[in-house]
Amino acid sequence: MGIVQWARIKSPWILHFPSPGCNGCDIEVLAALTPRYDVERFGILLKPSPRHADILIVTGAVSKQVAKRLKRIYEQMPEPKFVIAVGTCAVNGNVFQGSPFVYEGVDRVIPVDVYIPGCPPRPEAIIHGIVTLIKKIKGGGNGGKK
Amino acid sequence: MSTISLIIGPQHPALHEAERFLFKVEGETVIDVIPRIGYMHRGIEKLMETKTFVEGLYLAERICGICNVAHTLCFAEAVEQAADVEVPPRAKYLRVIAHEFNRLHSHLLLLGVAAELMGFETLFMLFWRDRELVMSLFEELTGNRVISAYVRVGGVTRDISPTLADKIKDKLPKLYKRIERYKKVLSEDPTFTTRTIDVGYISGSKLLALGAVGPTIRGSGVKIDLRYTDPYEVYDEIPFNVITYKEGDSWARYMVRIDECLELINIVLYALDHLPQGPICTKVPRTIEGEGEGRVEAPRGELLHHTIWRGGVTPWRHRVRTPTYANIPGVCEMFKGYHVADIPIILGSIDPCFACTDRTTVMLLDVESGTKKTMTIGEIKKKYWRR
Ligand code: SF4
Repeated sequence: MGIVQWARIKSPWILHFPSPGCNGCDIEVLAALTPRYDVERFGILLKPSPRHADILIVTGAVSKQVAKRLKRIYEQMPEPKFVIAVGTCAVNGNVFQGSPFVYEGVDRVIPVDVYIPGCPPRPEAIIHGIVTLIKKIKGGGNGGKK
Repeated sequence: MSTISLIIGPQHPALHEAERFLFKVEGETVIDVIPRIGYMHRGIEKLMETKTFVEGLYLAERICGICNVAHTLCFAEAVEQAADVEVPPRAKYLRVIAHEFNRLHSHLLLLGVAAELMGFETLFMLFWRDRELVMSLFEELTGNRVISAYVRVGGVTRDISPTLADKIKDKLPKLYKRIERYKKVLSEDPTFTTRTIDVGYISGSKLLALGAVGPTIRGSGVKIDLRYTDPYEVYDEIPFNVITYKEGDSWARYMVRIDECLELINIVLYALDHLPQGPICTKVPRTIEGEGEGRVEAPRGELLHHTIWRGGVTPWRHRVRTPTYANIPGVCEMFKGYHVADIPIILGSIDPCFACTDRTTVMLLDVESGTKKTMTIGEIKKKYWRR
């Protein structure tokens, strides 16, 4: 393991992209950063700019209007980059399935590495998702196998 | 001095949702604002017409996850009025309790975010630590932390157990003391007061003319609160004060919210003490004919659901009017004449919730070129709606 990958595993920085869901997932992602769950103790930091981030967290269903923006933000992130889809909306569209303005899942727009279902997933589930991704990075992208 | 345009959004750390504002700036001063809303548009009102009221409730709840109880309550009230159903009194009290819990978590969330926006990280963490207490009590009451579908058409889904009632009665007074302490911090700490006092001033009469609602207008001294002016559920039986502040600046709007937190703890405790016995749900017919209207004071202001049923299992039309949508013209006035650095704080002071705001934008407005494009319902149906 090179020094860059070692550092990446110890402290992944995340960017949160709220796309048009209902906010339920957004507040749970924020709750994961606050004292009771506190992901900062693992070195996970929320970053405001896509250029500083390793992991893109997408919450909510992707509408046709934000799809272009989401792609652009994804392209602005430096390689290697990972995407986590948080919430059933981001996984498959949830109750908005069938609406002509919404994509059924983030993976219709950008590639996704980890899916966290739940409406909204609990902060513990979100932390578990990030840990799964870290395992995946460690194993060279092999689905979390050691 | 020349004017430059400053674009904030759709992805911006100060906006927790995708939305764009175009500020015309002269030096450091904002002289004009053009909001571009609609990024969060999901076509909910149209989708509602394909759902029965049981399914529609879940959709209504997902208009906004933060004030989800307000939306389900409003939806249920509208459908109950259309179906002419009376809800049992115990269910009404339980609805009030869940509704107020929801408001408590929403206000604490906003105050924490406001502290974060001005760089006061410690206060943000403190608010969110105490919010977790509310979340866990809410989870025990309803079954989930955020979205729970607690209110249903005809009543509520679960009863409250005596042990949980005792637990709430034990925990909330402790929270009351902590919130009182935060109130002292907000009114005295210079970190907070220098950033908010006399920032984003707007008069009550102007806000009334612009149609603002909720804590935004109560911060300018106008006493409008649906729980008081047009009581729904059992608010006419519960004594409480309507909080208003005369100052009209961002500070006043934040203070309204923290005072409301204290007030609603009293409401919950009163409701728990006066909880009547009886059933918690009634039966509602599957097909409905009629028209109903639900009006609820959501954490951000007045919320309206209007529904028309023509004898089918799905509504013929369902219309939602949300508080943030009504507050956007007001907030655009507030920005003018203040500095660029004040933008997040002023925007935060109306507690914006864009997931609520954007449901059916039919008009497509191109901000840069100023061209408007309006689509008729027929065009939309042809283009998007094949079912
Ligand atoms: S998954 Fe559920 S909680 Fe999350 S954004 Fe979608 S509707 Fe809201």
